[in-house]
Formats: sequence, structure tokens, C-alpha cells
Amino acid sequence: MLKKDLGLFLLIVVVGVVVAILNPRFISPINLANTANLVGLFGLFSIGEGFVIITGGIDLAIGSMFALLGVIFIDLLVTWRVEWWLAVPIIVACGVVLGAVHGFLVTRLKLQPFIVTLCGLLIYRGVARYYTNDGTAGFEFGQSFPTLEWMTAGRTFGVPHSFIVFLLVALVMGVLLHRSVFGRYLFAVGKNEEAARYSGIRTGRIIAAAYVISGGLAGLSSIYLAMYTRSISPASHGNFYELYGIAAAVLGGCSLRGGEGSILGIVLGAILLQMLQNLVNLLGIPSSLNFAVMGTVILIGVLADQQLTRLRGRRRL
Amino acid sequence: MSAERLLELASVSKTYPGVKALDRVSLHVERGEVLALIGENGAGKSTLMKILGGVVEPSGGAIRIDGAEHAALSVAGAMAAGIAFVHQELNLFDNLDVAANVMIGREPVFGGPLKLVDRKALEARVTPLLQRLGVDFEARTPIANLSLAQRQLVEIAKALSLDARIVIMDEPTSSLTASETARLLKVIAELKAAGVAVIFISHRLNEVEQCADRVVVLRDGAVVGGLSRHEIGHEAMIRLMIGRDLRALYIPPQRPVGEAVLEIAGFRTSAHPSHALDLALHAGEILGMAGLVGAGRTELACALFGVDTPAGGEVRLAGRPVTIRTPRDAIDHGIFLIPEDRKRSGLVLEFSVNENISLANLMAFASGALIGSGAERRNAEERKAALDIRTASIDTLVGTLSGGNQQKVVLAKWLSMTPKVVIFDEPTRGIDVGSKSEIYKLMRGLADDGVAVLMISSDMEEVIGVSDRIVVMREGRIGGFLERTAFSEESVMRLAVGQRDMQEAENVAC
Repeated sequence: MLKKDLGLFLLIVVVGVVVAILNPRFISPINLANTANLVGLFGLFSIGEGFVIITGGIDLAIGSMFALLGVIFIDLLVTWRVEWWLAVPIIVACGVVLGAVHGFLVTRLKLQPFIVTLCGLLIYRGVARYYTNDGTAGFEFGQSFPTLEWMTAGRTFGVPHSFIVFLLVALVMGVLLHRSVFGRYLFAVGKNEEAARYSGIRTGRIIAAAYVISGGLAGLSSIYLAMYTRSISPASHGNFYELYGIAAAVLGGCSLRGGEGSILGIVLGAILLQMLQNLVNLLGIPSSLNFAVMGTVILIGVLADQQLTRLRGRRRL
Repeated sequence: MSAERLLELASVSKTYPGVKALDRVSLHVERGEVLALIGENGAGKSTLMKILGGVVEPSGGAIRIDGAEHAALSVAGAMAAGIAFVHQELNLFDNLDVAANVMIGREPVFGGPLKLVDRKALEARVTPLLQRLGVDFEARTPIANLSLAQRQLVEIAKALSLDARIVIMDEPTSSLTASETARLLKVIAELKAAGVAVIFISHRLNEVEQCADRVVVLRDGAVVGGLSRHEIGHEAMIRLMIGRDLRALYIPPQRPVGEAVLEIAGFRTSAHPSHALDLALHAGEILGMAGLVGAGRTELACALFGVDTPAGGEVRLAGRPVTIRTPRDAIDHGIFLIPEDRKRSGLVLEFSVNENISLANLMAFASGALIGSGAERRNAEERKAALDIRTASIDTLVGTLSGGNQQKVVLAKWLSMTPKVVIFDEPTRGIDVGSKSEIYKLMRGLADDGVAVLMISSDMEEVIGVSDRIVVMREGRIGGFLERTAFSEESVMRLAVGQRDMQEAENVAC
């Protein structure tokens, strides 16, 4: 596990150095801060996705949740004039509820995670578009929430708060995953659900809890994304973001078969993904190739990891 | 004379590391003959079948088919020689229909390179086979709609479509009702009349009596005897299947048997809901549970441990009724299970020894919700020393340990807590002799500490050698109890096979 994280870290350093040499603007404070902001925004929900992937499941619904929860959030603030400090926990709670529904469907009704969250993906985006009449939801002219804006989009000594919050969440989730009883159970369930059940672990609850965590973090991300874009067109807001989450988790060493992964890995995965986006811009690669670059790097990364594991296994023999 | 013989095995042996599965087995079948192969669990029947199917290569000896000698068969070679199997676990695709299953891999095609399946030709080839067997379903019936007995007939049709000359049936009647069994026996008689040789493996001696021309008995991997048509009888078969003194393993208890700890009354498992079970486990006693494979022993263990939901009945722990819905409930009551398949259900192989030992009792090593690794590791080190788990470190992955040490890790997991009842399901399967006796000692140690031990085992030596009392299960019900003085392979086998199994077969539901 540690070796994997170290390898990823070295990859980030190498890519960083190469890009910095090719275009020194990469290490300019403005560029670093912008990239850090994006790492924070995309990293938050990647951690939740990681939890679900460790159980051997997948959460495809989060991108659509951003659209639905985002328009509800803006509506609460604009139409209903709800205080922001009330609206924020409501949205996070909504995310938790949706996650709990996914968890219920997966563990109690034994539906496949892919199907459950695929339906979520379709339903939530559809509802969000209907809710706004396919229009764009945005704040009214002159409306401002200084404290909320400071917390979400603000910066301290140039460090974006989204990035700081991401690191704090990663720290808490890291302790939860790697030091707590729940975390140990999560790995046990992901590796061998039957043996976990035979050891008295209530496997259904553990799996459902992972979806709840993913939903809650998606709720929190909805707020950060809404405050970042300031307006939401539900047809496109958050499109494909679940795939960024999956990509970060997989790059970070989570196996889609379950039972493997680390928070440090996911953090590094999220960083690498945003660096790749940034590199496309800075090196003058046509931005239409954005996804292609991302896909290629993930493919090479996973291939290299597999080959290295095989090599290590052979050396042990 | 050997030219007449369709199939002959000459001194065939098979050795696995540490185990001799088959020891110079010689047997033969002739055209139009039904040969019954009987023996206890683990006598070597399935290994023999795997060799004939070309799945396993023998370590020695020769196989002669029509007089031509082979050192080993391949799967294709066995098929070409006309050997076909009707397996215990049916190998059918229940999402396809009968015709597709019978001709799978050999479908008549048209359309050149498109290789479209010619449905008409397919059915035209399968229907006569079905008519020959006198079945009550059609070529286009989906397998999912068929009963187990009907599916078996599909397997036989498949064997016929391959122009099989030797049909091997492995426990074909184990899940059939009496009337279905009768029909199968009729089909066997027809095959025989058509000149096909049948090798019939069964635990049900009555069926063997009815259909076999000759019986070969295996024990511990060797042929211990044969019976010809007029010699075949219950007594004679049982006498050959058993025959060793197996009391040497016994470690006498250090304390008298105490009160009943766990009692079940009218308890019904979901696998055999029509049979109510009554049983009491006493403190300080090792109760051995014998029975043939499929007698419902593991199902009982799973229901007691909360893995399966029981169909009804009462469970009392120290006289008080308890409800067990999940393994957690059972564990909280001090009822622990060492499962049959330790790699699948007993251990997380990619976890370390330490993490496996603490898995069932993790909360005890945690402060708040966080695991304090000190207490956890201390406990694992203690268990490692107490059970003599041979591993370089408690951080070693369990998957890399030997079978015996893996089983000790499963045991260590439970001994970190206070057991009242420990159920061992096949505790020494696949474990070397040294570790076996250590596990027996640990079992006796538990009993002497006042724990009620239930040991499910298909190993006759183990059941007779280790138990204080034996309960034998047969086809989902309790066949009978034996006190230590009455222990013998014969008495266990008698209860496991059933004296009048034909009469009782009427009640068996599939």
C-alpha cells in the first residue's frame, strides 16, 4: 500500500518538474492556487467514491447529485431566503439521505451498485432540469454571503479554502479508514464479505455506511461547486464528475474488486488528475484532448502498477 | 479375455503431496454392465472419476480402453473414448433450453462463416434422444422449468448424444424423490439393455442392490473388495466399507460431562424444513456429528450460527430460549463456528494474522471507535504462543500460512473471547497429520474448560477417535445417537446409510 502511494507521489513530482521546465508558469503562485482549488473541489467527493469502491461497489450518481443539490441550494438561498448556515446542513443532509437510499437498495434489496447509482445518475439530473425548467439557477444581482463565500471560495495566504477543507476531510477520513473499527470492517467486507459476516460483522450496515459517506461528501461538494460556479445549468453542471472521482480513486490504488485503497492514495490521485488538466492548458495541447490525456495516463498507470505487482510476486518466488 | 473389456484400470494410483488418494486401484467394466462403486466419504471415488474424465492425471498405472493402453486420459480423449458423466452437481445452463444444453458446443450450424444455429436440425437431433428416454418434456423446454430429476435426464440425453459407451453417474439419486429414483433406475436398465456400460456411484445401498451387476468397494483409496450379482446385499456391502480399529486418537476427558448448554427442540433448517431436529450439547463433551455428504450437517451448523435463517423450532442456551438471527447474535451468546471452508468463510486471506484474530472482537481492542494497536497486538501474540501458530510474525498475511496454521488462526479468533459452544465443521480437512492432533488437543482442552463442542466430520477416523458421543445425520434428520461403547465404523455407517432407506425415501423432498 505504502509502496503504491510512494510511486504515485514520485510520478506527481516527475510530471511536475517536467511541466515546470517546459512552462515555468506552472509553478507561479496563481496557477498553483487555482490548481489547488480544483484539487480541493474534485478531491472532496473522490474520497467518498473511494469508500464505496473499497466495499466493491461504485457510485455513479454523484455528478447528478451536484446538479440537483446545487439548484436546491441556490433556490433555498434565493427564493426561500433561507439563512446560509441553515441551507448548508440541509444540503449535506440531503446528500446523506440519497446515499442512505443507495445503501438501502444495495444491501437490503440486493440490487447491483452499478444499477442503483446509474438510475440515481439519470433520475437526479432529470429532476434537476425539470425543477429549473431547464434554465440556469443563479444568485440574484448583488446578493452576497460574505462568510459563506470566505469559507468556500476564500483564500488564506493564497491557499484556497476548498483545498484546506479537502485536506481536513482527508485527515478525518484517513483516521476513520485506517485507524477505526469501521475502517477495518470496511476492508474486511471489501476483501471477503462472507468471512466478515462469519466474524459477526454486520456487513450490510458497513456497506450502507460507505454510501452514506459518499452521499454526505457529495452534498458538501455540491455547495463548494455551486459557490465556485455561482450559477448552475442543470443539464451540464457536474457532468462526468463521478468519473473524475472513480479515476482519482483508481489512480490512488483502489481496486474495483474492493478491499484495497488508501486515503493518501486518493488525495494523490486527485492531485495528479488536476495536474494533468493543468498540463493540457499550459503546454498548449488542444483542450479537446483533455479526456484523452487523462484516459491515457490512467491506463498507463494501472498497467505499470499491474506489471510491477507481477514482477514483485515473481521475485518472491 | 481382456479384449472383451470396454474399460480397464490396472493398478492406477494418484498421490497428492502428503496424501495417497488412490492406491493401485484395478477394476473393469464390460459392455451392458452396471458397476456400482461404493465407499465412505473420501474413499477415493471422486478422484477415480476425475481420472476417467481426464481432469486428473494418475501418478501411476494404466487405463485400457478396448484393450488400447493409455497412461492418462485427456478430457477430449475421454470424450472420444465414449465416456460420459452425469454429475452430482449438474453442469447445465438453466438460461438455455433442453436442446441447446444437450448439443452445447456441437450445435448444427448454417450460413457459412456466420455460424448461425440451425434450430430445426438441433431439435431434430435431440427429440429422438428424449423419446428414447421417455421423458415428459420437450427439446425446447427451458432448463429452468425442469425439476432436478428431469435435469438429470437431460444430462443422460447429453451422454447419449455423444454416443457414450460408458456412462458414469455420481450420486445421481441424492436429491431425487422415490418415484424419480425409480424412473432413473429404469433408464439405467434401458441403457444396459442397449449395451452401454454404467458406473453407478451411490451412498444408497438399496438402489445399488436393485440395479448393480457388480459392486466394487473402495476404502482409503484402495479397492477392498468386490461383490458379484448374487452376493450383493446390505450386510456384505457395509462389512466391506468399514473395518479398522479407530480408538487410538481418543483423549479422555478430565471432567465429567456437565449440564446441557445448548438445546434445540423441533429445530428445522431451511434446507430440510420437513425434518424437526432435537439435540442437546453438554458442557465438557465433544459431540461428533457424522453423516454422508449432503445429510444436512453443515446446514444445521449454519442455522445455529445465524448464517441461515432457521425454518422454525426452539433454541435454548443454558435453559433459556434465545433467538439467533445473525452471526453477531450467535457470537454475543458465545456460540462460535469454525466453518467448513476456512478460506472462504473463516479468514480474510489478504489480512494479517493479527487482523484476522481480532476481527470478531475488534471493539474490545478499541478505545472509542479507534483501534488501539497495543492491546490488539498483545492479544494476537498471546494467541500465537498459546496455539503455537507457526508464522514469522503476526503481520504475515494469513493466505501464506499452511492449512493447519490457518485453522489455528480461525480458532484463535474465537478463543480471544469466551466460548460456550464451539461448532467445528470439518476441522481438519486438508490439514497435515501433526496439526490434526494439535487441533484435537485444543478441542479437548476447550471441552475440559466446560465448553460444549460439536464436531461435524466426514472423516470416520476422526469421528470415532475424537468424540465422546456421536450423533449421525441422514437425509436431513437425526439418524441416531451412539455412546462411546457402541462406537464402530459399522454402527456409524449403518445409521448414516439407513437400514430401510427405500421406505424412508418416500418422505424425501427435493
